[in-house]
Amino acid sequence: MNTLKSLLLAALVTVSLTGPALAQQKSDPDNPEANATWQQMRSVMFQDRAITTPADAVLTLEAPERAQDAAIVPISIRTHVEQRPDRYIERVYLMIDNNPSPMGATFHFAPTSGRADIETRVRIDAYTHVRAIAEMNTGELYMATRFVKASGGCSAPPGKDMSAAMASLGKMRFRVEGEVEPGKPALAQLMISHPNNSGLVMDQLTRMYTPAYFVRRIQVSYAGEPVLSADVDFSISENPNFRFYFVPTGEGELKAEVIDTNDLRFETVVKVGAGT
Amino acid sequence: MPPRACALRRSIAALALAWAGVCVANPAIEPLPVEEIAPGVHVHAGHHATWPGARGDAVEGDVANLGFVVGDRCVAVIDTGGSPQLGQRLLAAIERATAQPVCFVINTHVHPDHTLGNAAFAALEPRPRFVGHARLKASLAARAPFYREALARDLGVTSGEADIVFPDLEVERTTELDLGGRRLMLQAWPTAHTDNDLSVLDDASATLFAGDLLFVGHLPVIDGRLIGWLEVMERLLTVDARRVVPGHGAPTTDWRAALDKQRHYLAGVRDGIRGALADKRTIADAVETLAGTGTNGWLLTEDFHRRNLTAAYAELEWED
Repeated sequence: MNTLKSLLLAALVTVSLTGPALAQQKSDPDNPEANATWQQMRSVMFQDRAITTPADAVLTLEAPERAQDAAIVPISIRTHVEQRPDRYIERVYLMIDNNPSPMGATFHFAPTSGRADIETRVRIDAYTHVRAIAEMNTGELYMATRFVKASGGCSAPPGKDMSAAMASLGKMRFRVEGEVEPGKPALAQLMISHPNNSGLVMDQLTRMYTPAYFVRRIQVSYAGEPVLSADVDFSISENPNFRFYFVPTGEGELKAEVIDTNDLRFETVVKVGAGT
Repeated sequence: MPPRACALRRSIAALALAWAGVCVANPAIEPLPVEEIAPGVHVHAGHHATWPGARGDAVEGDVANLGFVVGDRCVAVIDTGGSPQLGQRLLAAIERATAQPVCFVINTHVHPDHTLGNAAFAALEPRPRFVGHARLKASLAARAPFYREALARDLGVTSGEADIVFPDLEVERTTELDLGGRRLMLQAWPTAHTDNDLSVLDDASATLFAGDLLFVGHLPVIDGRLIGWLEVMERLLTVDARRVVPGHGAPTTDWRAALDKQRHYLAGVRDGIRGALADKRTIADAVETLAGTGTNGWLLTEDFHRRNLTAAYAELEWED
């Protein structure tokens, strides 16, 4: 994302945070276009470029119809295009229209990613459309949307145990799932222990909002080649969790680097060999 | 307010106008129905429903059990209801039952059905102490905007910032409150149902207000730490209580059996999720696979079982 876009998006987020802490946008379940935040994001990010939707041949989005736990809503983006050097999905944007920060994540892929699928968990409080937008290296845009109803009951997006989350800050788990076959996309899971909080909390003594504290960047490489990088924010749930693909070629190291908003860096490595 | 209390208060000439204001204002507020389950121990039974419910329905935020304990000197309130209006109605019920002033307002945990009536008590003179777990304030601050939004969206209650009342007496471990002739023993627990659960034991009647550490009928809801909750339940078994007022469901003297039923459900969730993790199921797959199991005999399973499975998965996937 270029700097201008980043600035404009940051301004958008600020707008939706002023006044009440929550964005109170109207959404029509049957019309994903009819949302003011989306229209603003669309014009900042993509101007008047065409966006094909639905685009089931390129990508699909799975999300529960209702956010069962507003703090942990599983999201699965599946792509159906082979990552070839001449034509591949370069970016996948995950947007949640009515979240305080609607631009939840930008995932960057390479041909060496194998597949541009991603699974994660997000916070959702308000009724909202969730969007996954794939941008090809050749510039075409494809979008999948799902409408998610807010959770009922006493569920809320903040984490469940803030002191415990801080105590285990930076602990990571990284593993490859299933059999590894050289040349075939293999699934990996990265888990990061982090409160990943929004900071939208007023300190009762100072009347100041506590600063947001979240994982902002993730970089994954395999044998020195990029697999996935992601710009993420506090729309991602506490203890950020990602499942994605890479293509093992034999012996090699799968390495993840994580940077949070305090510029703390965490790193973890899995050795990948045939048969692991 | 009953004539007795009004007459008594009106006799204080200097305060006549102020009290008259109270007495005139109150008849419009319908006192919440309460039952005196032991001498001086009153309980209002919430509906088995999800908070906040809908505007104009029978529920209107009234889902949690609320209580108050009357001492010789003053009254302690234990949870205040799911809206400012319910807090007003609880206050009206207290004023009908006793002329003693409210000196403590205790919240058993952060959830809105237990805390959003606090505002009704913040305006009292003298202002009662608001009592909660040492971690209640942070949790309430983080969640208050979402609770207010739900009040506005579902009940049409436009609630100001002042409607969220934070504790000013924080319990780190244990605290005793003296109501005159009876004491309340407060215990702050490690993360269980939430990260800020506080129980209240009335020594005179041996009644334990367990808050949502115990659910009866209403499916237990995990919003803290499942494993922690199972551990806390073991410790609760050792409390010397004659009866327990759960956060939801009927007060019971057979409370050890009620705890056992709750343990059975929560242990089932734990074991089911551990199995799904061993089978390498994803969170969405695990929730769908287990959604139809383990909820026999419970209410509101459609509203909370999937949520519990989701929360349990996110917790247990970090187990070694």
